[in-house]
Parts: sequence; structure tokens; C-alpha cells
Amino acid sequence: MILLVDGLLWSIAIALAVVAGMRSHTLLRSSAYEGVVDFFKLLPRIMLGVIGSGFIAALLPHDVVGRWLGADSGAIGMAIAMVGGALTPGGPVIGFSIGSAALKGGAGTPQVIAYITAWALFAVQRVFIWELGVMPQRLVALRILASLPIPILAALGAMLLGKP
Amino acid sequence: MAEPALQRRPRKPLDWSTAFLAVVVFGAAIVVYFRDGQARFLEILGSDVELFLDILPKVLAACLIATFVTVLMPREVVVRWVGAESGFLGLIVATLAGIIVPGGPITVFPIAAAFVAVGAHIGPTIAFVTSWTLLGYGRALVWELPFFGPEFVIWRSIVALPLPVIAGLLAGLLAGLIRPRDGAGA
Repeated sequence: MILLVDGLLWSIAIALAVVAGMRSHTLLRSSAYEGVVDFFKLLPRIMLGVIGSGFIAALLPHDVVGRWLGADSGAIGMAIAMVGGALTPGGPVIGFSIGSAALKGGAGTPQVIAYITAWALFAVQRVFIWELGVMPQRLVALRILASLPIPILAALGAMLLGKP
Repeated sequence: MAEPALQRRPRKPLDWSTAFLAVVVFGAAIVVYFRDGQARFLEILGSDVELFLDILPKVLAACLIATFVTVLMPREVVVRWVGAESGFLGLIVATLAGIIVPGGPITVFPIAAAFVAVGAHIGPTIAFVTSWTLLGYGRALVWELPFFGPEFVIWRSIVALPLPVIAGLLAGLLAGLIRPRDGAGA
């Protein structure tokens, strides 16, 4: 599956390079150069983010997370889930692993949905490493503001639809 | 260079947010080392370095895609589909694009920035990022599925389906209320 993502990404990159090359060689060379330069400028952030996330995750109290998000924790549980999700470091695994651990440890499904959704939208570390590094600040601010109600809406939707 | 009109934000390799992160990471690493011992420290470091090496080719591909998209994407097409006049349809198109696009934040944020640079409107751009965040198939298949199982993933995705459009609508409204600072763009 991971290979599939890699393959798809590189197919797109190569297809675009071919199109650029057909238009003009200078265009291909200059934009490829610019892309590689961007890559090297991003490296320190990525190294910190990926290599650091494991250490931050190791310090998180998993059992406490499960207790605070219990099925009967209601709106307060959802609010805690939202804040907790935002504070959980980014990276592909951490939020899902805590979320599934919480679910196994007795957390309510809407709370876990709120948690995963908030983590996916706001993970502080991801905002710092990826978003602010690449997107205009105003765009990042607007995205975060507009996304504030989303975890609650997701949790409400989950309650409305009922358990799977 | 045939097409000037591009405005890309200069990207500094180190700035205050990176420095902040560095402090947090080194702090966490030191605490883990003294609390859990050297073996655990090296175990975490090893698996993280592995993940880092695995991510590198994706990052490079994404950076190249982003620069090529900025140079090649015809401005009129972007403006027609997801520009200021695209309205509700633009939000739907952007949401679908977010589901389809492969990769992680490495791919999505540069591409979103590139689309803004060539004329995409704020609402569809936010819908795109949100849709990738909540519905992107790559992430759901690779990471979420092993932890939660197919039923939960499908169920959560159905719940999340309308949310990118809502975020896009809200962002469009907010963009009208909050004016950009002296030509900051976006």
C-alpha cells in the first residue's frame, strides 16, 4: 500500500515533468531545480518532525487518555477530546494508535471520532512543520478558524448515525 | 521563464517555529532517555529514522509536483473550477480532489499553496485541504485501517463526507470578514 502511494506520486511527478519538457527544456530544468531546492529547505523540519514524534508520543499517558474520553463523558469528554487531539503530535500513527487504544479502553465512539478528527485537523506539530512552512500564514489561520466546529460536527454526526 | 505571474513564498530552512519544535523534541528525547533507559531511546530513534527515510522520496516527489503544477497549470482552468466565481460546485470539485490526491501533508500543503498562487479561491482551497485531512484514501488505507478496521473507517468517512464543504463555506465567509494584511495574498 505504501509502495502504491510512492508509485502514484512519482508517476504524477514524471508525467508533469514530461509535459514541462515538451513545452521547453529550460522550463523543465528550472522548475525541477526549484523543486529540489524546496526539498532541501524542508529537510530540517521534516527530520525534526518525524524523528521527534516518537519521543513525544512515548511521553503521552495512554491510560489517562482512555479514562477521560469515556462513553459517558458526554460534551465535556468531546471538548477534552478536541483539545487532546489538537495537542497530540502529528505524524501518521500517533493519533490513530491513541484513538484505538482509547476505544479499547472504554472511550465512547463519538469522543474518539472527535479526537481523531481534531488531531487530523489541528495537530500542532503538523501545523508548524508542514503548513506554516509551505502555505501563506493567512491561509493557515483561515483554515484553522473554519475548522474549529468540524470535530464537534463529526461527533454529532457519529451520534446521529449510530454505531457501525 | 515563459510565465512570470507566480508568487511563491520564500521558504527559510530554519525559523522560529522550527526552533520551537527543536526545543520540544530535544526535551522529550532527554526525558525518555533518563526515564526509560538507553535501550528504549535507541528503539524509538531507530523506528523514527526508518520512517524518515521512507518519507524522503515522497517529499521530493511532492516538491517536484508542486513546482510543476505552479508552472504548468493553466490559470483559466483553475479559476474556472475553483476560483472566486466557482461557488458551491468549486467546493464539491475541491472536496473530490482532496479525496483523490495521494500522499500526506508533504503533498497536500505545497499543492494547495500552488493552487492559491495560480488563482484558486480560499473556500475551495480549504475544502481541498480539509477533504484530504478527513477523507484522503491514502491515509485511511495505510494508517487508519490497521488500527480501527474497515467498518469503523467507512462509518467515520460517511460522517465526515459533508464536513470539507462546510469548512470551505466557513473559510469563504471568514475571508470576507478578515482582510489580508498589506498584500499578504491568499
